[in-house]
Amino acid sequence: MTAAALTAARAGLVSCETCKLLSRPVHPDHAGHCPRCGAELESRRANSIQYTWALVIAAAICYIPANLLPVMNTTAFGSTEPDTIMGGVVFLYTSGSWPLALIVLIASVMVPLAKLIALGYLLITVQRGVPGGGRERTRLYRMVEFIGRWSMLDVFVDTFTVALVQLQPLMSVAPGPGVLFFAAVVVLTMIAAETFDPRLIWDAGSQGERQRG
Amino acid sequence: MPVAKGSASVAENTDRNDLPQATVVPKRRTRISVVWIIPVLAAAVAIGIAIQRILSEGPTITIVFKAAAGIEPGKTFVKYKDVNIGQVSAVELSNDFTRVTVKAKIAKSAAGLMVEDAKFWIVEPRISLTGVSGLGTLLSGNYIGFGAGSSTKKAREFVGLDEQPVVTPEERGREFVLRAATLGSHDVGVPVYFRRLLVGEVIAAELDKDGKGVSIRIFVRAPYDQFVTTDTQFWNASGVDVSLNASGFQVQTESLIALLIGGIAFEAPPGAGAGPAADANAVFQLFATRDAAMKGPDLDVEHYVLVFRQSVRGLSVGAPVEFRGVNIGEVTRIGVEFDPKTFNFVQPVDIRFYPDRLRARSLDSGATLPPPKTAEERLKRAQLMVDRGFRAQLRTGSLLTGQSYVGVDIFPKAPKVKLDTSKVPLEIPTVPGEFEELETSVASIIKKLDRVQYEKIDADLRKAIGTLDQTLKDTDALVKRLDAESVPALDRALEAGRKALKSAEGTLDPDSATVTDLRETLREITRAAASIRALTDYLERQPQSLIRGKPAEESK
Repeated sequence: MTAAALTAARAGLVSCETCKLLSRPVHPDHAGHCPRCGAELESRRANSIQYTWALVIAAAICYIPANLLPVMNTTAFGSTEPDTIMGGVVFLYTSGSWPLALIVLIASVMVPLAKLIALGYLLITVQRGVPGGGRERTRLYRMVEFIGRWSMLDVFVDTFTVALVQLQPLMSVAPGPGVLFFAAVVVLTMIAAETFDPRLIWDAGSQGERQRG
Repeated sequence: MPVAKGSASVAENTDRNDLPQATVVPKRRTRISVVWIIPVLAAAVAIGIAIQRILSEGPTITIVFKAAAGIEPGKTFVKYKDVNIGQVSAVELSNDFTRVTVKAKIAKSAAGLMVEDAKFWIVEPRISLTGVSGLGTLLSGNYIGFGAGSSTKKAREFVGLDEQPVVTPEERGREFVLRAATLGSHDVGVPVYFRRLLVGEVIAAELDKDGKGVSIRIFVRAPYDQFVTTDTQFWNASGVDVSLNASGFQVQTESLIALLIGGIAFEAPPGAGAGPAADANAVFQLFATRDAAMKGPDLDVEHYVLVFRQSVRGLSVGAPVEFRGVNIGEVTRIGVEFDPKTFNFVQPVDIRFYPDRLRARSLDSGATLPPPKTAEERLKRAQLMVDRGFRAQLRTGSLLTGQSYVGVDIFPKAPKVKLDTSKVPLEIPTVPGEFEELETSVASIIKKLDRVQYEKIDADLRKAIGTLDQTLKDTDALVKRLDAESVPALDRALEAGRKALKSAEGTLDPDSATVTDLRETLREITRAAASIRALTDYLERQPQSLIRGKPAEESK
């Protein structure tokens, strides 16, 4: 770490998260509001770690039914067939279109899992005050935040199919309970990424420095 | 700033520099945040779904089929009364590759149905003459049909039926077994009729283990099954029964379907009381025709042999044995035997006699006497009958076809015969047939004719003819005399008559002159008319003559 020596927190200052104005807090415990944009100032987001943990755990729980329950029920010629995400991947792979299978596998199975693991890793390192690697961890965090908005691919496909394929007597598609859990995973991880305060990554580094010093 | 903290203020108060600076420890909040509700909620929902799934998870059963026609894992359902009660989860070959093992997940609600004698079969579209079924499977694919069992013992492994049962197990009714010599057209699905009402079907037909007959399993639906009593008779109702009898020409058939694909009918014979209902799986005999069935089974059979010393032409195996027109048996074998010593040919005819058809009845009391049961009793009865003149005779049934039958009757004048009781089967003595008798009488007539003295007859005849000749000559002379004497006299009489008539005419007609005049006038008119006709004819041929006058040649 190139000892970015002085942090706002150490200097007793607080930066606005919205307009990034650096100002002096009213009181170290109650920072007050930004004099420029009026946003509530917080040196560190309150309960960031706890909130993030709760959301990550909730997402992890939802991840299991999202993959086990069918996301789509296809009714064709009187027989209903449930489809899970992994079932779809296997179907695509066995039917020869492995690139599509790969895309679905990555977008729907691996990315949400990767997000959960990444957030968990960030939380653990912050809680344990692991110094170093702050830059890499920040990059990881940014990636998680960026990917979040693209993770609804499956839900979109599902809703489109359900809306379009309604040839009632012959064929129809109905959403399965799995899609709800899948959407929950995506939303929960997005919120979790939002509640996580990346500044804590650097706190650990400076704390370690302080402990050393 | 009400409170001055921080390094700047510390530097200002140099007089208290020695004192250690109190450190600010950021307050740690140990209070559990409300946000934990989210994972708890998620967990609750997930666990709830999991519990629901586990609880609703029914048993997985294994069904072994000969072949998995159209069965696909995840797509094929198990249906009971057209309700989905399960779904096929896997289809695999058995370890020895001879059969197919189908695994199916059964809904928890239907788990109670999975008992030992439950039946499974594959439902395919079926089109037969009796109907069309399973058409729905054309679109949705085959499914596994299910029939509830009655056992209470739970089972998880089943052997599927090879064929879709004609009658679903939950249908109420009873099964019976019919035994027949051949299957005929009684294939699975053939209708069973009771008084021409469709009451059941053939559900299975199989060859007996010894290969000597066929067992046909039929199902009779409730409430008609109660009409199958212990004395019910079954018969083959397929085809048309055409009969010509004293009441006319009769065509009998159960229904058009029976005509096409065959059928079985049942009924209790007339006169039979309402017997107790037959047990399920009771065995009955299947008769060829209604008549045969109504006659009732001939349980008691006795065998006899008749030895004929005449031609048995027209007699065939199966020909009836009749006692005064009542059928009491049938011919089973016709043979020829010959004694090398005497060179006598005889025709032994084996017959089957049904003593039940010839009941002994006391004329005094009207009571039916029991037929003889033991062999001795039978022998005694036979001896008695033969002593009284009981004989068999070959008779012609139809002069057209020349078919013969065996008639038995009491011939009191028949020569006495000693019954040989040692023979098995017993030989009933015979008397010559009707034709044989006729032949003998004709022969005796011819013999008598042979004795007639033809020469004497000839001389008598000649004499008679000579007398006749003389008589004719006498007649001729008589006629001639008549001609010579009587005819002139007659002539004279006629002449006198004519004269008398003429004078009568003159006296009776006073206006004869007028009549003559009139006749003259008429004659004139006739002539005039003739000349006019000649003129018009001429004018027609030569119309120009009216102007030019007659041509010159004509005037000549």
